[in-house]
Amino acid sequence: MSVIAHQQPAFPDRVSLTSRVSDFLWKHPYVLLTILLAPPLLWLGIIYLGSLIALLLQSFFSIDDYSGLINYEFTLATYRQLFNEANFDIIVRTVLMAATVTLVSAIIAFPIAYYAARYARGKWKVFFYLGVMLPLWSSYLVKIYAWKLILAKEGILTWILTKLNLLWLLDAWLSLPVIGGNSLSVSYTGTFIVFVYVWMPFMILPIQAALERVPANLIEASSDLGGTPQQTFRHVLFPLALPGIVAGSIFTFSLTLGDYIIPQIIGSSRLFIGQAVYAQQGTAGNIPLAAAFTVVPIVIMGFYLWMAKRMGAFDAL
Amino acid sequence: MTAAVLFENVSRHFGAVRAVDAVNLAIAEGEFFAMLGPSGSGKTTCLRLMAGFEQPTSGHIEIFGETAEGVPPYRRSVNTVFQDYALFPHLSILDNVAYGLMVKGVGKEERRRAAEEALAMVKLPGYGIRRPGQLSGGQRQRVALARALVNKPKVLLLDEPLGALDLKLREQMQEELKSLQKTLGITFVFVTHDQGEALSMADRIAVFNDGRIQQLGTPEEVYKQPKTRFVADFVGSSNVLPPEFVKQLGAANQYASLRPEAITLGGSGDDRLALDGTVLSRSFLGAANRVLVSVNGTKINVMSPATTAIPAEGQPVTLRFDRADLHLMDAAS
Repeated sequence: MSVIAHQQPAFPDRVSLTSRVSDFLWKHPYVLLTILLAPPLLWLGIIYLGSLIALLLQSFFSIDDYSGLINYEFTLATYRQLFNEANFDIIVRTVLMAATVTLVSAIIAFPIAYYAARYARGKWKVFFYLGVMLPLWSSYLVKIYAWKLILAKEGILTWILTKLNLLWLLDAWLSLPVIGGNSLSVSYTGTFIVFVYVWMPFMILPIQAALERVPANLIEASSDLGGTPQQTFRHVLFPLALPGIVAGSIFTFSLTLGDYIIPQIIGSSRLFIGQAVYAQQGTAGNIPLAAAFTVVPIVIMGFYLWMAKRMGAFDAL
Repeated sequence: MTAAVLFENVSRHFGAVRAVDAVNLAIAEGEFFAMLGPSGSGKTTCLRLMAGFEQPTSGHIEIFGETAEGVPPYRRSVNTVFQDYALFPHLSILDNVAYGLMVKGVGKEERRRAAEEALAMVKLPGYGIRRPGQLSGGQRQRVALARALVNKPKVLLLDEPLGALDLKLREQMQEELKSLQKTLGITFVFVTHDQGEALSMADRIAVFNDGRIQQLGTPEEVYKQPKTRFVADFVGSSNVLPPEFVKQLGAANQYASLRPEAITLGGSGDDRLALDGTVLSRSFLGAANRVLVSVNGTKINVMSPATTAIPAEGQPVTLRFDRADLHLMDAAS
């Protein structure tokens, strides 16, 4: 034993270039951190925040109604335009849709996420991840057009309901004011269904991640102390899952606020914010108004996050 | 008198695994009862059967004379101190302790007062506004205890509650638990794999192995008169002597246990049994030396006071012990 110990130095020398680099980085950990973080930080700082500021600036300009040229003087006139009846309608419609989509997504996603976090093991866990992620692998447009076929008047849903003698149910629903329409594919209900479907993975995964971190014995402890399943849900499970629900709702809420493809393909012809931005910056050439419209979701999300923080949604993080 | 907890032929199987296998026990009211065994021996499953987290596959459980099968945990006046405490991280210490009262609909002022009393009882007065993350392991342990006791349970279940504490704190908590149990008079059921803890705290001990109770008795009985080889080995690390060896000593052809501290090294001229052997190894434990001696190939552990001189490794040595200390065990086990 002692023979071997004497033959080998305590710190064997390694002279290759890579080991020198490793040694250098080990001695100067901040160098590595800087190398790794600089590109994304530059991207965030220049490309993202820079564009955002440029956009904000645009929203304080106005457009000359006669020449159609941008007037580069700071004014709040464009923001005032947002409160025109037509424009304000767009905002209210979009926010209501985003809020409903978020709420219903959370209600549908929670049990799925709960099952995956608490009970699914091995093969079933793989199946869960595949089931949730698989829809994300196919094109967003393909999925939306598929939904158009499903929801259309001649579509499979009508066909199934006819076979089941339940068509009257659909007709009754479609005859409702506002949310109804000629067929599901041209109604708010259709837009809503497709939004919920398309954003569902973004709600399920954060909730599942949050629930995964709730130790099982907290549920048992609540039950042990006399908490009925409803009380355990209300006082333990829900508060601890709340950061996940808020994270998911940030996705569903902001994605719905900004989307312009789904309401264009499935829905009535009434505009959502995304469509308004698209129309203003494209055909209408009114960049300031388009910019002002995009500020709306930013302000709403900022307010939403502030409220969530105030209500303690991030306390359990 | 009705037993606090009664198990009649209780089994809990998980697929082919018999976690608990035909267990019978009766825990008396006000008793400090320990369930001792290695991990996977079924002791924790027994505790979970009492708490209601598990339902028996077969058999019958009664708690204070009432049938427990099919009764959910939240309807049992039984509370648990969990192994890693299971404090609610999003609630203050006060809200943690008051949780049981809150879900039972006790008014805000009253439960606040009760929680503060419970915190004072576990020597943490004024800690109510803190969060579990701000407390040390020992303090969290006390909070877990207060959170269970504030509900005035008829049976308190403790699942290796001292496992995560360091030695000094553990010894201190053992004494506190013991005196708390005496003052409150509540039945304590304590799960542990530490035989020292079980011996020093419990009124009675059930030693578990492979889902079955190997022996049930007072600490003295379990220690001095182990029924099986497993109990002899697990409780107090007794020497288990094979039948041939025991026969040579003039006793029956049976397994026998011999406690390491019942043996003395060297000496002469008394009527005790004497065996000649060779010292294999020795280790210094502070108050005593543990010496491993080989007697014709059979290894025997000796616990010798630190004041006694010990021959070096490889040197011959004479072991002496009283025939009465040779405890014969059931042939079957």
